[in-house]
Amino acid sequence: MSFTSSIKTLWHKLGSPRWFYQMSGPWVIGFGIAALVLLGVGAVWALGFAPPDYQQGNSFRIMYVHVPAAMVAQSIYMSMGVAGLVLFVWRMKLADVAIAACLPLGMVLTALALFSGGVWGKPTWGTWWEWDGRTVSTLVLLFLFIGIYALREAIEDAGLKARASALVAMIGTINIPIIKYSVEWWHTLHQPASFTLTEKPAMPPEMYLPLLVMVLGMYAFAGHNIISRMRNQILVRESRTHWVREAMATGG
Amino acid sequence: MGGLLRREWQVLARNRAQVINPLAFLFLAVMLFAVGGPLEDNTRAQYGGAVLWLIVLLTNMLSLDALFRRDYDNGVLEQVVCGADVPFLVILLRIGMQWLSTGALVTLLAPFLCLLLGLPGHVTATAMLALALGSPAISLLGAVGAALTVGFSRGGILLGLLVLPLLLPVLIFGTSAINQEVAGITNNAQLYWLGFISMVALTIGPFATTAGLRISLQMQ
Repeated sequence: MSFTSSIKTLWHKLGSPRWFYQMSGPWVIGFGIAALVLLGVGAVWALGFAPPDYQQGNSFRIMYVHVPAAMVAQSIYMSMGVAGLVLFVWRMKLADVAIAACLPLGMVLTALALFSGGVWGKPTWGTWWEWDGRTVSTLVLLFLFIGIYALREAIEDAGLKARASALVAMIGTINIPIIKYSVEWWHTLHQPASFTLTEKPAMPPEMYLPLLVMVLGMYAFAGHNIISRMRNQILVRESRTHWVREAMATGG
Repeated sequence: MGGLLRREWQVLARNRAQVINPLAFLFLAVMLFAVGGPLEDNTRAQYGGAVLWLIVLLTNMLSLDALFRRDYDNGVLEQVVCGADVPFLVILLRIGMQWLSTGALVTLLAPFLCLLLGLPGHVTATAMLALALGSPAISLLGAVGAALTVGFSRGGILLGLLVLPLLLPVLIFGTSAINQEVAGITNNAQLYWLGFISMVALTIGPFATTAGLRISLQMQ
């Protein structure tokens, strides 16, 4: 079997919730273990062994929560945009399951990024909240998540809910670069170089390696969380089918 | 095409409340700001641009909520989306009419609004140009939200929640264009950006609006 045809087969298989459910059991466990190990090692390394910052002291350690949360939240939004495209073009049911599973985690991580940013901002910038470019673009991200969530809550029909949220997710994804650059530009117009502390000094490896581990751990956690949610959603949506009853009967 | 244009124009012209109410809201909001805002002339000039754009955005939200509502309720919209050869053309015309009744009208009224908001006289031309370039994006992107929320009896808040975050760049560049002019700094970049955002909105807006209307019509 050639490479392209095996990709095609995989694509068709992905369209089947049943296939996804039966395949993804080990993925959940794998991502879960990876998340536990990476986040555990990363947290101990970051909080206990990484050297304190020469300017910010120990408060810079908030970065090890803040940066992974913000990065993964953005990636989740982008994946929702991709899932939206897949749903619109191929009408793949699984894409909507993915969007539904991404939403709660994306909202929570964006809120965590904003909150940890505030906690970090107080000792370093001297303020809980500053209308800085990145802060605003993260806040906009939170509103985009909330908007899609509210839209999904408002529509009852499952199929229409899926298409409406996919449409908004796609438009949001097209707009995100524009929002990001406009906000950063606005920030530089209004706040000339007062936040030099946010410009990270070129970090030594002892500082950025734990960050890397934490970021990877956060991605693994997101994978674990989203795939588990997708599996639950699939069971709920397909609860009338024969294979779900069979799977439930055998405890798998 | 000519018939379509005439029909859309008549719908707009005969439904005066749809034009006048947002406009009345616009002036009311300007008055509220003038009363509640800072009194010193120099502070007013600093905030005037931001207030102008904010009021334009909020006025648009009011007007957009009604964009498809009547036609949705009486079934015309369904005929248009299902029956027209190129539904997106009809929808583009409708959005154009909405823009005439808000964006274009506000652009024409800008000299007067600038005066009321205490912006210096030399800013007027820039304000008009910025509004003319940026306001199509508000109508075009807003129409997507209007299309998706037309099926709900109270879609207004959801419309704002969906659309306003996407319109942040328009607010930023529009305000910044006026502020730069007040400060006497060149603002070509901001104006180009406004035009660019409107162009992007023109490429995705009508298609996404059509898709949104198809979804909403199935909800009926």
